[in-house]
Amino acid sequence: MLRGDVLLAILGMAAVTYLCRAGGYAVLRVVRPPPFVEAWLRHLPGPLFVAYVALAFSALGWAGLPAVAAVLLAQRLSGSLGAAILAGVAAIWALQWMGVA
Amino acid sequence: MAEAGPADPPVPPFAGPVVFTRHGVRRGARAAVPLLLGLTPFALVVGVIAAGKGLSLLETLLMSGLVFAGSSQLLALELWTDPAPVLAATLAAAAANIRMAPMGAALSPWLDRLGGWKLWGTLGIMVDHSFALSVTEMRAGGRDAGFLLGIGLVMYAAWMVAVAAGHLLGGAVRLPPGHPFLFAGAATFAALLATIWRGPRADLLPWLLTAALAVLLHGLNLPAPLPLLLAALSGAALAAWLELRRVPPAAAR
Repeated sequence: MLRGDVLLAILGMAAVTYLCRAGGYAVLRVVRPPPFVEAWLRHLPGPLFVAYVALAFSALGWAGLPAVAAVLLAQRLSGSLGAAILAGVAAIWALQWMGVA
Repeated sequence: MAEAGPADPPVPPFAGPVVFTRHGVRRGARAAVPLLLGLTPFALVVGVIAAGKGLSLLETLLMSGLVFAGSSQLLALELWTDPAPVLAATLAAAAANIRMAPMGAALSPWLDRLGGWKLWGTLGIMVDHSFALSVTEMRAGGRDAGFLLGIGLVMYAAWMVAVAAGHLLGGAVRLPPGHPFLFAGAATFAALLATIWRGPRADLLPWLLTAALAVLLHGLNLPAPLPLLLAALSGAALAAWLELRRVPPAAAR
């Protein structure tokens, strides 16, 4: 099944993503942006993920904090993305079981 | 997928011509195999969340095949509504993927020698890890640009297979709203944060500002994805300002 609105969203995402990959090369090898703009683009992913995590876990209230802490700790200790994701899911499950999330 | 900084020290001049060989592609493909350990759980989560948001297998694979950028796909899926949020998904993809714009430019000593599908196809499947490995290879004197394509091809194939597996899994289980596994998307981003954290001096203030602004703007009932985008743009601006204050651009060149 392929819905028209979903296809449109996918094509929009695909177009801007290809522009970032290929257009970035085509433009930035000729024009060097000001250092601030360059640093700004380079720093965007971290804050983007922070904003996302803050919004997702603030919906849980204070129970969001131990869940984020579990993920960060598991990632630091194990170095494995899979283990960190499972730790977060397990923490939410435990918090729901205790009735605080 | 950890982010790598593309704007680093200038590349040394090349001793010989840049080539693009099958051997280079195969070597890149082999270098990509250990990366699949990190890619697989990420792809499974994207597949499960896509199924949870009501995307069909065909739609999920079309998105994964045409966009092929995990964090932007997950971000867009988390903002997903019915009908599909065309503008919000496109903006989220642009914000998450603009980091890739400087990568191709950093690899220009290789890419400038290519043309046609070799250039535009290789760029089309460039991701954080293939960029990071290739820029390291290039700075060590590597001259075979097929390396970049080889890494991308293996990651692309594995991405499609694992996203499909995640979608089938998510569709079979039919998770109810609020199920702990639906937090796997947010947990993935939290885990990525642990891998890209560069220390309190560089990241603490920008990240705190971002989190506070995101929650505040959301509380003011701004429509999605504005709280996310405005907060992230502000935090990144503060991070850039802090970096340039520490290392004046003239000294960094």
